[in-house]
Amino acid sequence: MLCSISWADKGVEKPWLQGWLTRVIVMPEKEPVLSIKDLRVGIEGNEILHGINLDIAPGEIHAIMGRNGSGKTTAASTIMGHPDYEVNSGSISLNGEDLLELEAWERARKGVFLSFQYPQAVPGLQVGHFLRKSVASIRGEDAAKGPAFRQSLKSAMEEVSIPRTFLSRYVNDGFSGGEKKRFEILQLMLLQPKLAILDETDSGLDIDGIRVVSRGINAAIRGSDSGALIITHYSRILEHVKPDHVHVLIEGKIVKSGGPDLALELEEKGYEWLESEAEIGE
Amino acid sequence: MAMEDARGAVGDYDMGWHDPEHSTIRFDSGLSEEVVRNISSIKNEPAWMTEVRVKAYHHFIERAMPGFGDTKALEGIKFDEVCYYLRSSDATEKDWDDVPDDIRNTFDRLGIPDAEQKWLSGVTAQYESEAVYHSIREDLEAQGVIFLDMDSGLREFPDLVKEYFCSVIPYQDNKFSALNTAVWSGGSFIYVPKGVKVEMPVQAYFRINAKNMGQFERTLIIADEGSSIHYVEGCTAPTYSTDSLHSAVVELIALDGAHIRYSTIQNWSANVYNLVTKRGIAHKDASIEWIDGNIGSKLTMKYPSVILKGEGSHAEVISIAYAGKGQHQDAGAKVHHLASNTTSKILSKSISKDGGRGSYRGMVTVSPKAENCKLNVVCDALILDDQSQTDTYPTMEVANSSARCEHEASVSKVSDDQVFYLMSRGHSEEEALAMIVNGFFEPFTRELPMEYAVELNKLMALEMEGSIG
Repeated sequence: MLCSISWADKGVEKPWLQGWLTRVIVMPEKEPVLSIKDLRVGIEGNEILHGINLDIAPGEIHAIMGRNGSGKTTAASTIMGHPDYEVNSGSISLNGEDLLELEAWERARKGVFLSFQYPQAVPGLQVGHFLRKSVASIRGEDAAKGPAFRQSLKSAMEEVSIPRTFLSRYVNDGFSGGEKKRFEILQLMLLQPKLAILDETDSGLDIDGIRVVSRGINAAIRGSDSGALIITHYSRILEHVKPDHVHVLIEGKIVKSGGPDLALELEEKGYEWLESEAEIGE
Repeated sequence: MAMEDARGAVGDYDMGWHDPEHSTIRFDSGLSEEVVRNISSIKNEPAWMTEVRVKAYHHFIERAMPGFGDTKALEGIKFDEVCYYLRSSDATEKDWDDVPDDIRNTFDRLGIPDAEQKWLSGVTAQYESEAVYHSIREDLEAQGVIFLDMDSGLREFPDLVKEYFCSVIPYQDNKFSALNTAVWSGGSFIYVPKGVKVEMPVQAYFRINAKNMGQFERTLIIADEGSSIHYVEGCTAPTYSTDSLHSAVVELIALDGAHIRYSTIQNWSANVYNLVTKRGIAHKDASIEWIDGNIGSKLTMKYPSVILKGEGSHAEVISIAYAGKGQHQDAGAKVHHLASNTTSKILSKSISKDGGRGSYRGMVTVSPKAENCKLNVVCDALILDDQSQTDTYPTMEVANSSARCEHEASVSKVSDDQVFYLMSRGHSEEEALAMIVNGFFEPFTRELPMEYAVELNKLMALEMEGSIG
């Protein structure tokens, strides 16, 4: 909005134009939600990501596609701050703020969210209690309390078709694969992160499950200033959550980026035709 | 040893302060027949009690140490250095204002008068060897409920005490039941008349204050036919670099159709040997539940037991043990099915951390004549690091083939992925650990009155603090 003020200072006479111009001018200058520069990451001495670059602007949804073992989960875990992954060089920043020095919980409080491919069970920890605690720790002062919290919880649960009985169950304990994924999306909706990373959220879901979690992702990201990174090796979920950009990750490198059509192309042609490009890039 | 050193040895312990010792009577350290007779005589006890004490004393001297549990640590107990009787206040008061200031302050800090007002039916507060405060709600008294400290119980209801004292746990049971019988002082005496249901719990709080103190309270609870009561016991002690000894005996008698629940949160400082014998007898259709939490102490050896004597009776033992640095929790449960259609459930959960050791020791027996019994034993251990240890000694002796037995045991470690998952939801590593640990104990915690559950969760969160290396 700074720009609009400076424009006004210059004495523009047509107010209808001002709004339009503001949008045009502000958009490119807005800081990316996520900015990754030349990121190299290894685990136990083996480098897995060989220099990744990625910018996600506010309101954008990006997809990273790639086969198993291409480094997708490494990317997701590294952004979240898993201690096992060593960052050898490069940078990750959230709205311009460096994340690399922060622990996972600090990143979460800054607004990074990861929907896990394999969410962990915590027996004895009740879902309702866990959600309240997590919302309080991440959203702090902004966290809804009392009846307001219960209301937001209720509507989010309806959105992702989670019954009330869930609240007294233990976190991911004895959940079916589909329940785990819906529970991740429920957390996404309640925590309202600035950056949502969804690691293989569609894997193991049937078509109804994909539709439900997609509804949740769209509700959480669309129309907000947040960004999302969807990690997947199928294009199915991308039919329901339309990405603005699609990147193909092969052997730890982004070998191709494009619009939503790239996902369809991959669906048709597979990854092989891009592998040669990866080699050329070496 | 400086206080800081002691804290280094035992970790941070919130209840570890102590008052200046003030005593109206303090026996010299060490044990002899004379000491035993002196205890009995200053209490003006009937001759039969003196006699039982003396017999028990001789049995204690002759009896060998238990051959199981932490035998090495047991050898370290210096019986000659223990003070066997210390009286800090000459009376058991009915009004907190009459309790000596120091002692009153201690119980204030422990939150006892506050809890009493809010949600308890009655309270006994024991400091060293004697109860210093005692009270029961008037409506319960009017219904004939007796809730006294054990010494007053013996004075006011000698026949009832004589009938049941040592009836569930004879002094010959083990070395420490003999010791307790010889030198017992304080504890609770409860009688609930037929059909009376005491809705709110009664609580006893045991506090050791002096160095090298031995606390030997004796509790006897009799629930007459169709009655019910929930008794809650809490214990703490100051942190000293020398050891204290806590060796209690608790006997429960649940007559036909009665229900006794006995909940304990033992949070002794890490210089206390906690060697306790607890056992109940359940008559026809009666039920006895031990809810047993062991957080503190240097060594705990305790196996709450139930004898299912009457047909259709039920036993439940739900216990947790937390073994931190320098601690060994050797805990478990015993149930003996002597009658038909009896059921039992044992759930034991232990956590070991910073080199602590948690052991489950359990025994369930079914006698040949007991038909259609149901037994369920579950023991779970959670290990928080590589230095810590857990072991399990389950025994089942089933002499009747109609019994249905279930036994499950599990040992798990906190995984990095579990911690990372919780951290990704905004919780620090310590908070994440506390969530996992409190979740693990949840099946126990949910059995506690709300106020205790909250306290226990806080306590475990404190234990997780500063634990991240």
